[in-house]
Amino acid sequence: MSPGADVPAHGASPTEVAALAGPEVVGPERAAARAADLAATVPGGASVMASGFGEPGTPFLLLHALAEHGGRDLTLIKNDANEAGVGVGRVLDAGKVRRLVASHVGLNRDAVRAWNDGTLEIEIHPQGILAERIRCAAAGLPAFLSDLDADLLPETPEPRESVAWRGRSCTVEPALHADVALIRAHRADRFGNLTYRASGRNFAPVMALAATRVWVEVDELSREPIPPDQVHTPGAAIDAVLVVPPDFDPGSKAARIRRGERP
Amino acid sequence: MTKGAGPEPGRGSQGEGASHASQARERIARRVAREFRSGELVNLGIGLPTQVAMFLPPDGSVRVHAENGIVGMGPAAAPGEEDPDLIDAGGRYVTVLPGAAFLDSVTSFALARSGKVHACVLGAFQVGANGDLANWRVPGRAAPGVGGAMELAQKVPRVIVASLHRDRDGDPKLLDRCTLPLTARGTVTRIVTELAVLEPADGAFRLLEVAPDATVDEVRAVTGAPLIEDEAGPWNAYAVADAAAPAPPATKGADA
Repeated sequence: MSPGADVPAHGASPTEVAALAGPEVVGPERAAARAADLAATVPGGASVMASGFGEPGTPFLLLHALAEHGGRDLTLIKNDANEAGVGVGRVLDAGKVRRLVASHVGLNRDAVRAWNDGTLEIEIHPQGILAERIRCAAAGLPAFLSDLDADLLPETPEPRESVAWRGRSCTVEPALHADVALIRAHRADRFGNLTYRASGRNFAPVMALAATRVWVEVDELSREPIPPDQVHTPGAAIDAVLVVPPDFDPGSKAARIRRGERP
Repeated sequence: MTKGAGPEPGRGSQGEGASHASQARERIARRVAREFRSGELVNLGIGLPTQVAMFLPPDGSVRVHAENGIVGMGPAAAPGEEDPDLIDAGGRYVTVLPGAAFLDSVTSFALARSGKVHACVLGAFQVGANGDLANWRVPGRAAPGVGGAMELAQKVPRVIVASLHRDRDGDPKLLDRCTLPLTARGTVTRIVTELAVLEPADGAFRLLEVAPDATVDEVRAVTGAPLIEDEAGPWNAYAVADAAAPAPPATKGADA
């Protein structure tokens, strides 16, 4: 028996409890339409963070909805810019992004070109600083002290603050919060509990706790509650779960692999 | 298999017929693979450092960390067997070995910052004789961003540079002082090129090993800082792992 599989001890069935305690859950037939509706509630100037490192973990359904229906002048926070034309690339192409906050955008030639042309503002942080800044927001902390060499850090629009702490020079790295987090997970249950798969986990667990509104797209919806010991992100953090339609093709390498084609 | 009899054991090889540059890269990758002890956790950077994985012990006893969230990474996935959710930090489709774990990014960098990743292998534009490393940005050229290089180069205890000895223009990469923007100051512990194994030594490079077809004079001629030669030995003299030793039983997995 898997740990915790026997946990629901009260009289209500999991489905009855989920209807009261869980997030909005949208099946594959309505997911694209609901993604569009949700994206349309993202106002101009909002901050949006998206999970993913390269393709794995990237919420393509939600990002493409954001590209089409979201407000303009967004601050978009994602480790990278995906590749040209897909995911973050689609949102950039739609002209919706004022500033991209990332650690590395080298795989998206359009983003590198727009950055060098001055038509796109990109704020680069070392990847561990980016992750830990988001973690601070997730943990309700105001900032953390980083001991990376302040003189070598990439320049930021707002100058970094340095402090001497117990004889060490540190930079103050503020919590990075967003209005909306777009998350990709492998599986959800009706309570919004999530599990991730392989290298698709990356930034999702912290981002899922670091935004005011959190929407998740998943490969699968589990009929049974995910055993408590196997939950990677608790559903308490999640506002909406969208089950990605099996025929959704964002133009990604993953979609080509799943069709049996070369990536 | 006995020493010197045929190709060294490992997870793969480019074999015969490779170009001069790719032979040089393979030599570097093979040599770097011998810098690690059984049980160590090592991060391999993008490009040439990635090739090191092919020459690690086939039993998985040297574990590979990929900063996008893998401990226990295995070789690249065979064509047609790619898992769309499983890439390394360079975007290659990869596999995992027995005992592997997937991590979120916070945990992955916690390992890198706290010394749990014992060594990292990075490429270089330039290395200073003071141990400085420049490998992420060239002024005036499109820079893609720093990724995880600063945490790795500044916080991992052993920083091994795997690089051709000279840049594309034929200029030395090993210099008194780097002229390009730095990734880390004073942290490089070892440099492996197609000609030599060296270490920064306070304003000079200590020559540890000379490649079989190279001479000390040749190394000196393409190095942009003084060489200390009195401890120089043959290729592999300072290797930690004996790559020619027979592989332990296959049942010994990455969790051993």
